[in-house]
Amino acid sequence: MFGLLTVNAFIHGPIETFGQLMVVFGALAVVGSITYFKRWRWLFTEWLTSLDHKKIGIMYIILSILMLARGFSDALLLRGQQAIAVGPGTGYLAPDHFAQIFTAHGVIMILFVAMPFMFGILNLLVPLQIGARDVAYPFLNNMSFWLTAAGGMLINLSLVIGQFAATGWLAYPPLSELQYSPGVGVDYYIWAIQIAGIGTLLSGINFLVTIIKMRAPGMTLMRMPIFIWTALNSMALVVFAFPILTATLAMLSLDRYMGMHFFTTNLGGNAMLYVNLIWAWGHPEVYILALPAFGIFSEIVPVFAQKRLFGYTSMVVATIAIAFFSFMVWVHHFFTMGAGADVNAFFGIMTMVIAIPTGVKIFNWLFTMFRGRIIFTTPMLWFMGFLVTFTIGGMAGVLMAIPGADFELHNSLFLVAHFHTMIIGGVLFNFFAALTYWFPKVFGFTLNERLGKWAFWLWIIGYSLAFIPLYVLGIMGATRRLDYVDASSGWHILFVVAAVGACVVAAALLCQALQLIVSIKQRNHHCVGNDPWNGRTLEWATHSPPPVYNFAVIPYVHGRDAFWMQKEAVAKGHVPTEPKYEDIEMPKNTYAGLFIAGFAFAFGFAFVWHIWWLAIVGLVGVVLTIIIRSFNENTEYTITAAEVAATERSYKTV
Amino acid sequence: MNRNYIAVAFLLITILIAGLFALLQNYTFQVFDPKGLVATEERGLIIHAVLLMLIIVIPVFILAFTIAWRYREGNTKAVYTPDWENSPMEELVWWAVPLEIILVLGALTWSSTHQLDPYKPLNIPGTPLVVEVVALDWKWLFIYPSLGIASVNQVDFPVNQPVTFEITADAPMNSFWIPQLGGQIYAMTGMVTELHLAANETGTYQGSSANYSGVGFADMQFNANALSETDFNAWVAQVKQSGQTLSTSTYMQLAHPATSSPQVYANVPDTLYNSIVNKFMRQESVDDMDH
Repeated sequence: MFGLLTVNAFIHGPIETFGQLMVVFGALAVVGSITYFKRWRWLFTEWLTSLDHKKIGIMYIILSILMLARGFSDALLLRGQQAIAVGPGTGYLAPDHFAQIFTAHGVIMILFVAMPFMFGILNLLVPLQIGARDVAYPFLNNMSFWLTAAGGMLINLSLVIGQFAATGWLAYPPLSELQYSPGVGVDYYIWAIQIAGIGTLLSGINFLVTIIKMRAPGMTLMRMPIFIWTALNSMALVVFAFPILTATLAMLSLDRYMGMHFFTTNLGGNAMLYVNLIWAWGHPEVYILALPAFGIFSEIVPVFAQKRLFGYTSMVVATIAIAFFSFMVWVHHFFTMGAGADVNAFFGIMTMVIAIPTGVKIFNWLFTMFRGRIIFTTPMLWFMGFLVTFTIGGMAGVLMAIPGADFELHNSLFLVAHFHTMIIGGVLFNFFAALTYWFPKVFGFTLNERLGKWAFWLWIIGYSLAFIPLYVLGIMGATRRLDYVDASSGWHILFVVAAVGACVVAAALLCQALQLIVSIKQRNHHCVGNDPWNGRTLEWATHSPPPVYNFAVIPYVHGRDAFWMQKEAVAKGHVPTEPKYEDIEMPKNTYAGLFIAGFAFAFGFAFVWHIWWLAIVGLVGVVLTIIIRSFNENTEYTITAAEVAATERSYKTV
Repeated sequence: MNRNYIAVAFLLITILIAGLFALLQNYTFQVFDPKGLVATEERGLIIHAVLLMLIIVIPVFILAFTIAWRYREGNTKAVYTPDWENSPMEELVWWAVPLEIILVLGALTWSSTHQLDPYKPLNIPGTPLVVEVVALDWKWLFIYPSLGIASVNQVDFPVNQPVTFEITADAPMNSFWIPQLGGQIYAMTGMVTELHLAANETGTYQGSSANYSGVGFADMQFNANALSETDFNAWVAQVKQSGQTLSTSTYMQLAHPATSSPQVYANVPDTLYNSIVNKFMRQESVDDMDH
């Protein structure tokens, strides 16, 4: 009846039990408070079933923040363990639990924090910046979100029932094969990523089509904001890269479930195949995150430098070049696997080639600031922080692209410091900047600048304290993923410094939480108009927060910085014509996405525990819901011209 | 921010960093403290590459902070050209400068990668001592085929002589790394990777696995002892006397997932290493694993 699932799956050691209780009580607290405030109906009808890209975007970011809480708790546990554990068995984490935590930390931070955050920003921004009313496939968008959420729930469930993979975030075989990992941990890993990965792939297709087909009239490709260009390239990478991930994990699951031998040690299986395939996804994945993150600063820097973006064409070429080359460098993740010198040198040089367009982007941002009038708001501070950390991390990256140097740095804490520099300094800082910059567009009021600046400085200090010691530790010969170190190595003190850094980062995160709370409390004092920063692109042309249909009249685009041109025309005395409203078709809410993700979740859970009847129920449920939904022709509703006019008037009176 | 605060903060940070390095001065910065030919060249490569990159990175930092300061909103004396958006000449420079650095780095990469190819024998006098390395759960086995001896979590070899490590695994993927002697290479089941190293100073160097391989991973440490010719011969003689035989059944016990203290074995069958490498070609290996 319950497959492999027995009572034992619920019984853990003391620290795991604490995590287990955190999840259970957290869930109970959420359910309880929604019930207490009688918000269930509102939650379902206004949010969970909504196909509005703006609401889906907000839900993505909430998911990302929730998962950040989990991923960051993992980080604190890891830092704490390494700061305490001198000699075998001295820390508070057993080696297996330690391994589960560093695996979960990596998976969660990349796939369930960074990715949802990026899709959140894309959802909020892409339709608004291209002057569209929604994405190309609004229902698919909702379903993608719920599939991502289902994957995230599966990971958190592994904390309560059973265990998570103890293999490292990419689950290299043969360690991840049944032979060495007989438990359900790797299965949780596989199904959580598979379910979320399908959501990501569908989102990729959705935004690709949206950007290509839904742009406002007059917005040619070379008039698109750079953020849209980076999003377009990033989504193309999603479409090419995520099927590789799905196929790779499918092969691993065939090994584990059907006794096949793709990556096993025996009978012709070859783990090197997996390592190649997973990085053929894994490296483009870095750029899937980084490209839109670069795009964010291409929007922010011109606005706060009060000057046009310098070198638009160069930016476009650089973006395409980065996307193209990102598929030609995957071997640099394993120069140490024994490939010949020709192969290693080729991939090393290809990796360095990416540094050229990236360098060009940095120069273009600097020359956007040159002869500008720079206003140092929090987003600009994040940009300066990004510039410094990202350049240092990039230097470490190019260094490790030289195979001869990589042999001495690979798999050490130097590597760990490098990729954290890139993802925190090169992606997360950008997302924080985006959050501050576009917050007033989404909610109609600005975030508290004072606390934002505090958070920024705490982040910079915490980040430096946490990761500079890791660079040094790598040079000292410390490898990653050690659950204890020897006192004779002298590494201990640096681990303590890194742990202090992690605590400062915790303070920075608390400061950001406080910023949000304070800003919401004081929202009436910080209400701003539609265009608080003197913006240049179309999202600032509509109301804050935008109405459900985004634009009462679809704008016509005459050039780059479309909204800026409109403002200039008005300043020159051009009187805009009285808008003529028409009926607007918008997508209706639907429960189908929730159902599909729910069944997919059941399917994944069933496969983890070999509960075959439930797997069949899940699969049939998914297919049936899709069929039923596809026969529903009544998926849109009309907002009449009169209603649009009334809504627009109501904005004016506010 | 008040200038005094900045000065005080700067002073504090300097003192903290100096204190930290004072605390660390008794310990080895292994990658920067090479004791062998390969590691010395790799350190040189790292330093050269960093210096080359600093040629562009330092000007970028200076440029960034100069521009940020000079064109701040409050400085109304600075030139302001809100519509200036491109300049082909300057953009050409942006593309050309990093391109040139990367050309130089690329050339350095091509030559150094071939020179430091782990499979390439070292260009120093002496017949290489062959050591066969097996990564086990969670210990390292070193077999000396020419001497008929073996050791666990300890590898001894003569100084100033080339050592050829032939590396495999009877466990998940590991990475064989002695930072002070040279870079790492993966240890994988069913195949053999190679590493040619030589120590130019006697001493004990830290060796470890750099790739996570399961719960005993942190214990996969070994000592690499570079000994004088006489000390090495004495060690070999002593091991040969110690008498313990590494038969197939002793090996099976050793391969059982567990950590281990350093061990030595005399009487190692010639066929042992090849049988470890080849066992994964057969179905029986699955049964071996389940013992």
